[in-house]
Amino acid sequence: MNLHEYQGKQLFADYGLPVSKGFAVDTPEEAAEACNKIGGDKWVVKAQVHAGGRGKAGGVKLIQSPEEAKAFAEQWLGKKLVTFQTDEHGQPVAKILVENCTDIANELYLGAVVDRTTRRVVFMASTEGGVEIEKVAEETPEKILKAEIDPLVGAQPYQARELGFALGLNKEQIKQFTKIFLGLSKLFHDKDLALLEINPLVITGEGNLHCLDAKIGLDGNALYRHPDLQAMQDPSQEDEREAEAAAWELNYVALDGNIGCMVNGAGLAMGTMDIVNLNGGNPANFLDVGGGATKERVAEAFKIILSDDNVKAVLVNIFGGIVRCDMIAEGIIGAVEQVGVNVPVVVRLEGNNAELGAEKLASSGLNIIAATSLTDAAQQVVKAAEGK
Amino acid sequence: MSILIDKNTKVICQGFTGGQGTFHSEQAIAYGTQMVGGVTPGKGGQEHLGLPVFNTVKEAVAETGAEASVIYVPAAFCKDSILEAANGGIKLIVCITEGIPTLDMLDAKVKCDELGVRLIGPNCPGVITPGESKIGIMPGHIHQPGKVGIVSRSGTLTYEAVKQTTDHGFGQSSCVGIGGDPIPGSNFIDILEMFEQDPQTEAIVMIGEIGGTAEEEAAAYIKANVSKPVVAYIAGVTAPPGKRMGHAGAIISGGKGTADEKFGALESAGVKTVRSLAEIGDALKQATGW
Repeated sequence: MNLHEYQGKQLFADYGLPVSKGFAVDTPEEAAEACNKIGGDKWVVKAQVHAGGRGKAGGVKLIQSPEEAKAFAEQWLGKKLVTFQTDEHGQPVAKILVENCTDIANELYLGAVVDRTTRRVVFMASTEGGVEIEKVAEETPEKILKAEIDPLVGAQPYQARELGFALGLNKEQIKQFTKIFLGLSKLFHDKDLALLEINPLVITGEGNLHCLDAKIGLDGNALYRHPDLQAMQDPSQEDEREAEAAAWELNYVALDGNIGCMVNGAGLAMGTMDIVNLNGGNPANFLDVGGGATKERVAEAFKIILSDDNVKAVLVNIFGGIVRCDMIAEGIIGAVEQVGVNVPVVVRLEGNNAELGAEKLASSGLNIIAATSLTDAAQQVVKAAEGK
Repeated sequence: MSILIDKNTKVICQGFTGGQGTFHSEQAIAYGTQMVGGVTPGKGGQEHLGLPVFNTVKEAVAETGAEASVIYVPAAFCKDSILEAANGGIKLIVCITEGIPTLDMLDAKVKCDELGVRLIGPNCPGVITPGESKIGIMPGHIHQPGKVGIVSRSGTLTYEAVKQTTDHGFGQSSCVGIGGDPIPGSNFIDILEMFEQDPQTEAIVMIGEIGGTAEEEAAAYIKANVSKPVVAYIAGVTAPPGKRMGHAGAIISGGKGTADEKFGALESAGVKTVRSLAEIGDALKQATGW
């Protein structure tokens, strides 16, 4: 789960980090009012969506009057912002962040992730702020400085000093940087973050460090212990079908092909998509029904798969480990009858009582094709989707 | 020989009296695993499945001499359970539970390393040495004692590989599910090293998936250290970037962790790779000349 910039900055402020004075508003009138409340004669308005690249897409603007703020809000609220990080439809804008304008002398980068190789939270800092950090990492990896946090003792001030001096900061800035570094590390651990990015971390005209952006990703597995973060969830930024699937504890990811896939196990679900692709087909989705493929879950899975109009055929691939395939077959038959599936369904059952399961499918009288192997299943479903 | 466990490994279960713990302990006992008891705080002194229940791991180890523990407790309590087992004298911890917070695993992993405790999982099917001992949720009946070592990030993909090696009559020495989380207790290299040293293992099947660089690191390790034939399959060629594919660790982020990169690294390390998961058994036949 990701947070909006305004939510991230709220957390930054809670941890004593320097952020701009600002208000997240949801009407044009409030946008104008926000300018007056902040004061001054220059502001920045930013469309709040879960995607980067907002500036280039017109979602961030420097303005000089409350009227301009109102006009910007009128232009974007209720619309969708398309950036290079979103899909072609874009992400809906429901809030605008109005902030006071910051003089920028220099742009730095500061971020943190859980590094899988070192098994540590790793901070990354760079003098190359304001640009895509992936690009910097690729082209000039020496410009990315790193600090690994020991899980047992946490971030230490010397690590901040090492990074700060390497970034070329002066004595006063090192003090500010240390405070930001330690605050962010505490935030990362307190709130179970998965990703944290300030791009850019700016040095203002007066020489102070300032967090101009805030990107925060949360560890979904840890959300149960953060009711405050749960309340920040914005379902409008998520795929509707993926959210619906999640409510049934099904893992679903929409793709752009025409062969619906229903599989038990995440690895096998990916492997099934791959084998469909290898046989000339295009998977419409990833879907893991989990270990207990009960009739109810299979029925819900069918509903979600078929809510995608592109789906021309469905491949069900189940490896019955401890559960019996004949029971799974009954579940599939029940679900197909209940949901009213109108496209061909190819089923491959393997494992416990697979033959009995295949017999049940064959004698059901429904439009179910029982495959003899995984390769056969992939070939059959590709043919079925082509209408052959 | 085998790796990690055999018919003499004494095993306790944490979360023994719960639904999952009960069901899978029954299956394990039926398979022949030396289950010697379980731990459920507050139920010490009771009997469950004909075995003693203890309040703490420390007590269970003292009374039964258990060396291994399998964890079925809910995700929120797994860090505590892992630390209890590691500090209670257990040498092999197999954590089945899915959904453990990543930062919990960073702590648990550091402590296990410090104490010299081997952790397998979390979010995995467990470990099996066919015909001897099964610690986890895998279906025992598809396995067959034999000569192929299997290591995988995915449960059901492991079963596919097991089924194919059984159908070909090769059988398995041991099968290890290292799990689908970003911070696994053991990685491919840990298990590859054990398979290389195990005389019963004559060839290795490695099943990876998108996300992270564990397969690339394993490829470099294989090139330098593994003399046995290795067959590898990577799931997720068709997975879109930036989307989590079921497993917490299966995500292509910042353009890194794609299946193609992993296939490339393994191929340049001399590993026989297959693009179709249905061809693992056949590839093994080609790679070994069996």
